[in-house]
Amino acid sequence: MNQNDAVTAPSPMDSLELDIRDLRVEYRTMEGTVYALNGIDLQIPKGRTLGLVGETGAGKSTTGLAIMNLIPSPPGVIVSGSIFLGGESILKKSEKEMNLIRGNKVSMIFQDPMTSLNPVVPVVDQIMEVIEHHEKISPRESLPKALEMLEMVGIPRNRAHEYPHQFSGGMKQRVIIAIALACSPYLLIADEPTTALDVTIQAQVLDMMRELRKKYQMSMLMITHDLGIVVEICDLVAVIYDGRVVEHGTLRDIFINTRHPYTEGLFNSLPDMENPKAELKPIPGLMPDPTRIPTGCPFHPRCGYAMDICAKTRPSRYYASTEHYVECHLYDEKTVVSGGRIKQ
Amino acid sequence: MNTPLLEVKNLKKYFKTPNGMLHAVDDVSFTLERGSTLGLVGESGCGKSTTGRAILCLTEPTSGQIIFDGQHLMKLSPSELRRQRQDMQIIFQDPYSSLDPRFTVAQAIEEPFRIHKLIMDKRERHKKVLALMDTVGLARRLINSYPHELDGGRRQRIGIARALALGPRFIVCDEPVSALDVSIQAQILNLMKQLQRELGLTYLFITHDLSVVRHFSDDIAVMYLGRMVEKAPTEALFAHPLHPYTKALLSAIPIPDIDRRTERILLKGELSSPIEPAKICRFSNRCGECIDLCKEEEPLMHEVSPGHFVSCFRASGY
Repeated sequence: MNQNDAVTAPSPMDSLELDIRDLRVEYRTMEGTVYALNGIDLQIPKGRTLGLVGETGAGKSTTGLAIMNLIPSPPGVIVSGSIFLGGESILKKSEKEMNLIRGNKVSMIFQDPMTSLNPVVPVVDQIMEVIEHHEKISPRESLPKALEMLEMVGIPRNRAHEYPHQFSGGMKQRVIIAIALACSPYLLIADEPTTALDVTIQAQVLDMMRELRKKYQMSMLMITHDLGIVVEICDLVAVIYDGRVVEHGTLRDIFINTRHPYTEGLFNSLPDMENPKAELKPIPGLMPDPTRIPTGCPFHPRCGYAMDICAKTRPSRYYASTEHYVECHLYDEKTVVSGGRIKQ
Repeated sequence: MNTPLLEVKNLKKYFKTPNGMLHAVDDVSFTLERGSTLGLVGESGCGKSTTGRAILCLTEPTSGQIIFDGQHLMKLSPSELRRQRQDMQIIFQDPYSSLDPRFTVAQAIEEPFRIHKLIMDKRERHKKVLALMDTVGLARRLINSYPHELDGGRRQRIGIARALALGPRFIVCDEPVSALDVSIQAQILNLMKQLQRELGLTYLFITHDLSVVRHFSDDIAVMYLGRMVEKAPTEALFAHPLHPYTKALLSAIPIPDIDRRTERILLKGELSSPIEPAKICRFSNRCGECIDLCKEEEPLMHEVSPGHFVSCFRASGY
């Protein structure tokens, strides 16, 4: 449907850290097939951070797992599409080859710091393990490196030999970040890294991630449902609904020149800072059942702007600029630039 | 008359631990006017949920007074307390674990009637369940569904229907929307607001989400390590936060607006232990404005502007 995307895509391949094209992932279960990703496209230029925004079930985490080649199979099936990481195709790699890439070229941190660490291994050993695996060095050589990583994420050396249960949630997430960054990956995938943390601790962790990103000149994929965090840390935003990017652009494109009704709905669901007592305008209805995706535009049953065509055909993609695009029937090549019915 | 619906005086809840007494709630006092909402905010472990439970005597307070509509709750016998609870209910955070997985929607909603031996007639009860489902916006066709068949938003609507069943006047809402997606969160918040208007409910709204609490509450109380450190009308608190912890907390909220950047106050370190805390300001070890006095004495709540209370030696009126 969108075969000319490659032509209109913003950057040449070689400057992209991550390049996902038309990726389709299904989970085939006894109860039916879950259509998790339905032709998702994502590009992250080197050194930039892309925020992947959406709600439960939109396919955010599946995207992260696909990049790591960690989709559980069965039931997961990659139906079509490609994932290039630093110019190399990931999907054709063997498990052995992936083991050299994960933690080395690309790392992932997960939402829940409580369950991502091994409870019976001291934290410093968990960092050493990664370094030894990828750099093929002895524990004697990896220990100073691991201690240095811990210090960099703000954990004093004298606590390095403690176990995860002796740390608070914020400190555990710091340890996980230290593990993820130990081999200086080119791309860091962060799946809701601060959701389980308190706001003041979240502020500390985000601050640290910003600094480390600069130091290592990493690219980042920030998976989040929190638009406040997107503003904090992202350059680009992809709003994802039902396994597809429905709007993509820079912070300014998404926050100021909003085009897609779903993006607008997300903003309207949040209390207005200028007028905190104003009634919230939630998006009516629920996320579609991923085993039974609505025909046409998958958002049409919840959309206040829906027209007849929306139930019949999937909208094409329209570019307002090289980076700002939207998939919605409200627009054509001209109106997508000037802006349409969505109030600013 | 115009007495407050709820008055909490010097509420304390300590837990015994192997290392000494854990001061979960330490000397918390406030009043709650009829039909209003008090937001109780703070971070994990500050004692906000324990406060909510202690007020309902779901966990027995260590000491203090809870006066609900003129009744001293802690002096009531268990059966009197049970009767009193018809008037005071709670909505829990996690609609996944707060519902019995073997109960259908109908059974879950009518459970309060069975417990309190009200509406014994089956047909009457069925009618009442349907009415409650309408009130909270649950489609009637779901009446025989089980919780696992429903999403988080609908489960939370069941939680609200259960809380409303006995016609309470006061509801403790313990993080009622934290587990929900933003679009669903807004649906539930609007529902709760509408119910408050229609039924004249009084809410104690416990949350860590400051933008939600600002939208929802008339007054806000901030807790830190078992202590209430600041309490003020919502807009006064956001316009003039006085306690250094409140300032840091407010500045830490990520704001979804690209043209508005707040100067962030990054707190150093983490919470100190709530076990046998020293009689000094509990925030002093993380506070950027700390003076010698803060490490010698514990500040008390005092009123610095009308309705604006703070416990900090350095805070003054505005």
